[in-house]
Amino acid sequence: MSIGQLKKIAIEIRKQILMMSFRAQSAHTGGALSCVEILVALYFRVMRVFPKDPSNDNRDRLIFSKAHDAKALYAVLSQRGFFDRRVLDGYEMDSGLLAGHSTRNVSFGIEASAGSLGHGLAMAAGVALAGKQRRKQWKVYAILSDGECDEGSTWEAVLFARQHKLDNLIAVVDYNKLQGFGYTKNVLDLEPFAEKWEAFGWEAREVDGHNFTQLVDAFTSVPFTKGNPSVIIAHTIKGRGGVAKHVNQISSQYKPPTEDEYKEVMEILDRGS
Amino acid sequence: MRNTFAATLLEEAKKDNRIILLTGDLGFSAFENFMRELPKQYLNAGVAEQNMTGVAAGLAMEGYKPVIYSIVPFVTMRNFEQIRNDICYQNLNVKIVGVGAGFSYGPYGHTHHSLEDIGILRTLPDMTIIAPGDPTEVHLATRAMLTTNTPVYFRLGKAGEKILYNKEPRFRIGKGIILQDGSDATIVATSTLVSRALEAAALLAKKSCSVRVISMHTIKPIDAPLILESAKKTHAVITLEDHSIIGGLGSAVSEVLAESSLGTPFQRMGVPDRFTEKIGLQEYMHDQNGLSVHLIASAVIKLLFQRKPT
Repeated sequence: MSIGQLKKIAIEIRKQILMMSFRAQSAHTGGALSCVEILVALYFRVMRVFPKDPSNDNRDRLIFSKAHDAKALYAVLSQRGFFDRRVLDGYEMDSGLLAGHSTRNVSFGIEASAGSLGHGLAMAAGVALAGKQRRKQWKVYAILSDGECDEGSTWEAVLFARQHKLDNLIAVVDYNKLQGFGYTKNVLDLEPFAEKWEAFGWEAREVDGHNFTQLVDAFTSVPFTKGNPSVIIAHTIKGRGGVAKHVNQISSQYKPPTEDEYKEVMEILDRGS
Repeated sequence: MRNTFAATLLEEAKKDNRIILLTGDLGFSAFENFMRELPKQYLNAGVAEQNMTGVAAGLAMEGYKPVIYSIVPFVTMRNFEQIRNDICYQNLNVKIVGVGAGFSYGPYGHTHHSLEDIGILRTLPDMTIIAPGDPTEVHLATRAMLTTNTPVYFRLGKAGEKILYNKEPRFRIGKGIILQDGSDATIVATSTLVSRALEAAALLAKKSCSVRVISMHTIKPIDAPLILESAKKTHAVITLEDHSIIGGLGSAVSEVLAESSLGTPFQRMGVPDRFTEKIGLQEYMHDQNGLSVHLIASAVIKLLFQRKPT
């Protein structure tokens, strides 16, 4: 799929995210918007997936550890054909099938339950270890938030993956520089971030997380070094493409669009496509 | 108990290469044979129990049967949320094995005592909890556990536990074992205190008091039919455990009895609700916490005097 087509899909995904956010008046919109290009690049260009045969053993696996931003994953999986778009209407609604934090449902393409930060990379390492033991060619992607790199358990998994040479494991950090209640640099500064991963024996590459060319180039170059796990640090902007006043603001984590804001932002997105 | 567990696990793992042992950097003089004989099924995950638990969940997603191992608090409390979310919420086939039930590590101090594990893990849906009472039960329970495909917490003593059986009993998860039958009172015991229940019963027998002793090796699901039958057949029920008086076997049994209309006199015996300041070997710690053979026997007598006139 061409970069131009990926861009069009990204616009559609942003519309779906904002629709879910508006309908459920839900939080966690900013971090969903910041990882749109990452997920679109993976699911529409890079990963081997089988929407009509979702548990096919040859599929690449993706563990969405920053599961508070699950509406981005839901929108992408639906767009990719794993389930009907109408299922998105139930996001965070009474009796809906899609919780605010994603729950394991392989038939929907959701590989793991998550929601508490710092769990996903360890699970992904376990899946990657199984792949190595069984000599499989598939890869495992773990999508992390920058905030969950505060968690000690994330760094336990970083140590583990390197020890066991899990070069089939790719961590992607959606580095939007904002966490729950502050800028990461003011809460627990992660810098020098890439150097930390490299000091732990990973191969790191930094990309513009909204630039498909850079993302695809990085994703198709892994493992950067055979025998080492890879991390792609994707510099992103929280709330990108959403309601203007929340972009790069803490409010993007919490504030859903009002009706006027929703109409306005949807019009802007429609013009873009 | 620990060595029996290690030997049985090795036996079973030789038959099933999906069984993977992950240890949190423990197992000296227990897992050397396993390491040597099945290196591809053995992994020292380091002193990183949260990660070990998540890795085990990931392995289970791919069809493996991981067994994670450490001292009880480190493999149940440090990683509790991983047990809750990664294992139980996804209902994955991971076995959690904690060594050091109750005061097995008595001299090491409170950080190494295991007094709250059953209480906290009992609250998790889909969790089975097994606390064998002797090496025979450990052997049978290890085999039984590995035939299930859901989460199990397996609580091991450490070393030196007496063998309580002359021949192998029939072992089924969720079904208590009547070690000796009696008509006056029932002691429902678990884990490292089953042997003391038998000693107390022997002492009472000398006073013409006939006591049924049950090894309740499975705490969840609790064997409600056996509890109710014992409460009907005998005149008093006592629970005995190397765990906090809150949340463990005593709580599980009292829930069953309280929701029946039997009104059988009942008492929980366990570790009082306080941090113990004392340290010492298991037997000393049991004595210091009101769990001596003598106090168990006198609790039975006192309870029998409480029964309603018929």
